[in-house]
Amino acid sequence: MKAFIRGTGVISPQHTFLESNFPETLIETNTNLFRCIEPSYSEYLNPIMARRMSRVIKMGIASALRCMKDANLEMPDAIVAGTALGCLGDTEKFLKAIIADDEQFLTPTSFVQSIQNSVSAQIALHLSCTGHNFTFAHKGFSFESAVLDALMLIDEKEVETVLVGGIDEMTDHNYFFYKKLGRWKTEQINSNSLYTSTTKGSIGGEGASFFVLSKKQTPGDYAELKGVKTIYNPANPGQIQNKLAELFAENNIKSSDIDLVLYGLNGDVRTDHWFTSVMENYLKNIPDGVFKHLCGEYQTASAFAVGLAARILKSGVVPDSILYGKLKPETVRNILIYNSYGNNHSLFLLSGLTGQE
Amino acid sequence: MSSKVFITGIGIISAIGNNVEETLSSLQKGESGIGKLDNFSSRHRDHLAVGEIKESDDLLKTRCGVSQTSRYSRTSLLGMIAAKEAMLNAGIIDISQFRTGIVSATSVGGMGVAENHFLEYLDPDDDNKFLDYINTLDCSDSTEQIAAHLGITDYLSTISTACSSSANAIMFGARLIKHGIVDRVIAGGTDSLSRFTINGFMSLKILDEQPCKPFDASRNGLNLGEGAGYVVLESEAAAKGKNILCELSGYGNANDAYHQTSSSPQGKGALAAMQKAFVVSGLSPDKIDYINAHGTGTEINDLSEGLALRQLFGDKIPHFSSTKAYTGHTLAAAGGIEAVFSILALQHKLVFPNLNFNTPITELEMIPAQSLIKGVQINHVLSNSFGFGGNTSSLLFSKITA
Repeated sequence: MKAFIRGTGVISPQHTFLESNFPETLIETNTNLFRCIEPSYSEYLNPIMARRMSRVIKMGIASALRCMKDANLEMPDAIVAGTALGCLGDTEKFLKAIIADDEQFLTPTSFVQSIQNSVSAQIALHLSCTGHNFTFAHKGFSFESAVLDALMLIDEKEVETVLVGGIDEMTDHNYFFYKKLGRWKTEQINSNSLYTSTTKGSIGGEGASFFVLSKKQTPGDYAELKGVKTIYNPANPGQIQNKLAELFAENNIKSSDIDLVLYGLNGDVRTDHWFTSVMENYLKNIPDGVFKHLCGEYQTASAFAVGLAARILKSGVVPDSILYGKLKPETVRNILIYNSYGNNHSLFLLSGLTGQE
Repeated sequence: MSSKVFITGIGIISAIGNNVEETLSSLQKGESGIGKLDNFSSRHRDHLAVGEIKESDDLLKTRCGVSQTSRYSRTSLLGMIAAKEAMLNAGIIDISQFRTGIVSATSVGGMGVAENHFLEYLDPDDDNKFLDYINTLDCSDSTEQIAAHLGITDYLSTISTACSSSANAIMFGARLIKHGIVDRVIAGGTDSLSRFTINGFMSLKILDEQPCKPFDASRNGLNLGEGAGYVVLESEAAAKGKNILCELSGYGNANDAYHQTSSSPQGKGALAAMQKAFVVSGLSPDKIDYINAHGTGTEINDLSEGLALRQLFGDKIPHFSSTKAYTGHTLAAAGGIEAVFSILALQHKLVFPNLNFNTPITELEMIPAQSLIKGVQINHVLSNSFGFGGNTSSLLFSKITA
């Protein structure tokens, strides 16, 4: 199961939306929290409608529409979203209203927008897309499930193109809750020193990344998405290696064919050993890169990584700012992404396209 | 890769029974589970009719065989009970015999607990006694707990598309098998009642204070319910030599692209979902013997769904009923629960009555089954589930031919 990445639309803490200053000018944070650089929505949304929409819905629609434009596509055959927490801002808002007025005087707006599939539904509404419309909400498998659904759809009969994305916002409340749960570092660090940190916790992030996946190749495509794998609650890195072997076998490649591995290292001393162990034991001497110093940690951060990989494969340029080890690839043909969120581990394989400038 | 997907086990808990046997008995006797809200307080308690499971969380924990001090949301507990029953019903003892996955659906997850502690979560000086329940708001929380309860590790995913969620979970599970990702999938959904959803639907003014009346001219809204329903999907190879309940012969999902909460007047999305299910199955509408309709009892849904059925079936509408007046609308669990009802209809040659129906909707002139119909040949059942965000899904269950 494979598909071509025809277009991308990425809203992130970096200047990825119009790619004007990315990756030349990088944004860093000293607050242990990355927030997205939001575009001007007026180009994508009617201001009256936009005023009623929550932030995550606006980010989702804008990145989806930007992606459609980038792919030069009018209408996808299906829309699939992955979002672990959905429209959390509205959930919190409605919950607070219930408590504040003891279940009285409630208006439905925030309830309606709190529903997990609001982003994919609003995109469908905006595009008048009546095709298959799924939303996956499973922590670090949200975007992974969405991509698998899209690849299966493309492998099935009728579907030629799927708009697929990963979206999560970090609300103030949620950042605070996660802080209580010990997910963030207690000391403030600069995002650029994320990987030299030796303490517990990471830094928070968010993002909305959409992709048009297509059955057929068209000129200007970014890359070929060759597979996605998930590993739930592995007992040891050997289980990651087993899935890597599966992924490589399905694509008739060896680990030495991988030119760059993007690791989901997040600076948390409790979990980063998973990545270093796989790096040292199974993917030795392969140039490696990282991305969470650019987007922060969130459940659908792998979507940011796929956007980054697609960009590298199209441009042929590996920015120095993402390199982790000493090795820098000369040419990039195959990129592997290994990410995790808690005990949800995942792998993606992308390949560049020949005949591309 | 399997070209067919079989169902080998079913499990259910809802207001009309704690397992398949009790459920079937209530369905046959026409005993509704709609009544007053008992398990938690709400300002609207006296003006609500709900399909509540009359067991406390502690009782549910006992039923699951987990300790009383364990931290499970009600949503997880309901899911664990129904999914376990489905697995046992399928005769699965060794989970590692085949690659097994779970695709579960929920809308509000563990809101029932978290909503009571939200202010504590916001308080920096709180003793954090209930802090771990924050994670239950994550839809995957119940899925991972059910998976742990059953020993499933090969593939896990969670779908949340409002009221069509678990129909989509079943559909996705079947496709995972057809694509060879796994050999078996436990698929369905779970949701528990919460003040969050009660107030949400109340603010939308679509709750009937009385037992709901699907497809009736005087219908006045829906009743919320809670529960869980799961099926065991297996590939041809995995199901070989087993007692096969039926085939999941067709499925389809589409989008109305009309309004965030309202169905399109002509039921465009509903029609498209049903048509897709027929394409996948290769069946024509005249083969359908029973339709388990979405039929929530709201003004808009029933008219729109009815018009879609009219467009598809013309004058020859097969037996149909909505079973929402038994269970209430169990939101993300509805597709799983009604999949179990559809399979029971196939197995026992039954058409379940659409309770509380008196007068047909003028525009439709459609009369659902009003009492239990027994001993009819039922080879193919269509089940509809529609959700907010214009999400429409249809599943087709077929008796297997020897």
